[in-house]
Amino acid sequence: MSLPHIPVLRFGSAYESLDTSEVKDCRTGAVLAKLSIANAGLVRRDLQTRQRGAFEALHRVPMARLLEICAKAGEHFMRSTLPLGAAHTQSADEYVRMLSATSGLPHAMCRRNMEKINHVLTRMPEILKGLTRGLDPSVLDGGMGEQSGVPVCYVPQSQALGIVLPSNSPGVHSLWAPSIALKTPLALKPGREEPWTPYRLLQAFIAAGCPAEALGFYPCDHDGAEAILRLCGRGMLFGDAKTTARYASNPGIQLHGPGFSKVLIGADQAERWRDHLDVIVESIVANGGRSCVNASAVVTAKHGRALAEALAERLGPISPKTADDPEAALSAFANRAFAESIDEAIEEGLKTPGAEDLTARYRQGPRRVVFEGATYLRPTVIWCSSFEHPLANREYLFPYASVVEVPQDRMLELIGPSLAVTALTKDEAFRRELVLCAQIDRLNLGPVPTGHVRWDQPHEGNLFEFLYHRRAIQRVEA
Amino acid sequence: MSAAVLERPVSEAQARLEAHLRETIEWHFSPETGCPFWLDWAKQAGFDPRKEIGSLADLKRFPHFDDNWLRDEPNERWVPRAYAGRPYHVFETGGTTGMPKQRLSWEDHRIDYSEFSKTLDDAYFPRGATWLMLGPTGPRRLRLAIEHLANVRGGSCFHVDLDPRWVVKLLGKQDVETANRYKDHVIDQAVTILKNRTVNCLFTTPKLLEALGERINVPGAGIKGVFCGGTSMTPQMVRFLSEEVLENKARFVPTYGNTLMGLACSRPLEPADKWSATYYAPQPRAVLRVVEPKDTTRDVPYGQYGRVELTTLTKELFMPRFLERDEAIRREPCALYPWDGVGDVRPFGALEKKVVEGVY
Repeated sequence: MSLPHIPVLRFGSAYESLDTSEVKDCRTGAVLAKLSIANAGLVRRDLQTRQRGAFEALHRVPMARLLEICAKAGEHFMRSTLPLGAAHTQSADEYVRMLSATSGLPHAMCRRNMEKINHVLTRMPEILKGLTRGLDPSVLDGGMGEQSGVPVCYVPQSQALGIVLPSNSPGVHSLWAPSIALKTPLALKPGREEPWTPYRLLQAFIAAGCPAEALGFYPCDHDGAEAILRLCGRGMLFGDAKTTARYASNPGIQLHGPGFSKVLIGADQAERWRDHLDVIVESIVANGGRSCVNASAVVTAKHGRALAEALAERLGPISPKTADDPEAALSAFANRAFAESIDEAIEEGLKTPGAEDLTARYRQGPRRVVFEGATYLRPTVIWCSSFEHPLANREYLFPYASVVEVPQDRMLELIGPSLAVTALTKDEAFRRELVLCAQIDRLNLGPVPTGHVRWDQPHEGNLFEFLYHRRAIQRVEA
Repeated sequence: MSAAVLERPVSEAQARLEAHLRETIEWHFSPETGCPFWLDWAKQAGFDPRKEIGSLADLKRFPHFDDNWLRDEPNERWVPRAYAGRPYHVFETGGTTGMPKQRLSWEDHRIDYSEFSKTLDDAYFPRGATWLMLGPTGPRRLRLAIEHLANVRGGSCFHVDLDPRWVVKLLGKQDVETANRYKDHVIDQAVTILKNRTVNCLFTTPKLLEALGERINVPGAGIKGVFCGGTSMTPQMVRFLSEEVLENKARFVPTYGNTLMGLACSRPLEPADKWSATYYAPQPRAVLRVVEPKDTTRDVPYGQYGRVELTTLTKELFMPRFLERDEAIRREPCALYPWDGVGDVRPFGALEKKVVEGVY
């Protein structure tokens, strides 16, 4: 049986490149598919010559139909057997197995992420309502209309959205999924270890009736990625701090770097930390700790050490399980060298006085373990004596959190940029300060885990506002 | 073509090569004709190459040519006595920084490119056509060689310069933005020429051809044939440039060469090649071997990667067993070139480390 060959999708035509990479099972090393790699020149050529056609193809489809397409695509993504290259297909179960094998995510987490993506696609009207503050979707058909009795006109800011995707968790694909409903074609560069989800999503869109001319899929090298970000009018970049820093001054590129998400416990709730333990544990460990919305620091006004001990007792015993175990809570590392360097970085950090790995005694063994051929990092809770400690505000790709005690009146000055913050406080004055704090992107007031998403609330940037500009319009019929 | 059919041409080519080798050795190691460098070398070598080098296998008695000799030795040390008093060209190697390797030339560059001209198809490289040389000029051999190629075919040549040493410095500092601006500056000049003059033939490098194709339709601008070289090309790159940049309308001729070798031509691509170009040295004036990196006396088997070893055998330069900074697949002889070829050339160790190579 030949291996599946995942091709480049060139806005309407599939292309098997002579340059390929192998997508491998992180546990056995077996090659599961060949992935076509587009040379950067090809990417640039397509983006220069095919974007306009892609844009027009999608703009010919009325909004009502696009919403139907999204709903159907959600169903196809969740349940259908879809093409995987020219000679193979992939069922939903095969998708879960392949995704798990190459990304290291347990099956249960793959399915939860699938559901998340399905949820976004099948509830697109609700999502758009949140993004557009209730704009009648049909306004985007002609670009003009009325909202609350006021004339409105929206101008697309690009002919395509170019996205450089990560490999860490398929849930991130829910962020760009509304792009099709917003009449914006896609040029996707998948992560090397995770081509499955974006390719399957595009196939689901095509199966649902979306014009294939609107969809680009370009596995490529750094030069190709740079071309995608530069040549699409709008771009999204997922990557570490160093990768995203290069584009920090470019307003046309939305950056998704580390989240540094946190749980903050105000002075009024610090005594009641035991009541909040479940929310904090879930914030740290959900989705294997792989998301930028996982809490990587717990900052409390008091009782930090006791809270840290209790968290360590809950998280320390969590160990790797077989990929298909529904209880599996940890993800394997697709790249074991990455796990090694994280482990080394934590050990190095612990050499600076003022930090202690409280989970060490509960896991009864090393942090880095090999289980069924794959490398895992077991949950780690670090008690830090101050927020200045090098381990206090770090984010790693596994369930990792520091716990640090900071007086409430200094918390917001210290936390730094934080993608998601769950604030456990009923202190109205502190809540007001939290609402006004520009460092926080998404604020959960009360016991809501950091990773919890309410879909009518835009998060990690409002995609509609990123893709459209509201233009002043005055119209007189003579 | 089967190996049996090629047996005779291969052995005849081998015989021609060895006869040429003996003549070259005689020339370089005779006090009347040889250059001071090799004459002095022979004095301390403990053997007389004229008596003991009769075949290609005997060349292994020479050590690998050390390219630092071309940096450190004064130019005069490389002048054959027979050429004493005749002015020469000094050509320097491409993108290296620091003291460049220098090769002296009287006629070699003209001979190499006159020979190469015979391989070009007049339908795509018309006689009398004007050329554009879009690539590294300056002290490089290509500057005069391409102009000679145009002239020998009855045409003239425009030049747009690119300084690869500056690009290497920019990329070394990861200043991709400035490197791209420089590339745009180079391409701007080429576009200006192509818009204002009739040009049918182009010499350029893969990356510059790609960049030119992003600015204009290359065959639409009148280009019928592109002779491409300077850096390695993957099969995907060859396919992309042929199918998409040149739209299968203009002929794409990939080559492998450098200042020290001359020009290795590629055999015409066939579907079975899957866009993988195979290059053949301009024997007998230069010989390419693909050798085991850890035992360079041994060739790798056909179809396998090894390090490229170059021997240059002209009256102007004798350069035995120079290990190139490239690796390639050893390919079998073909009817057009009945000697070993090198395929899918890439920087040596490309799989193990990132090599800054694709500067032009």
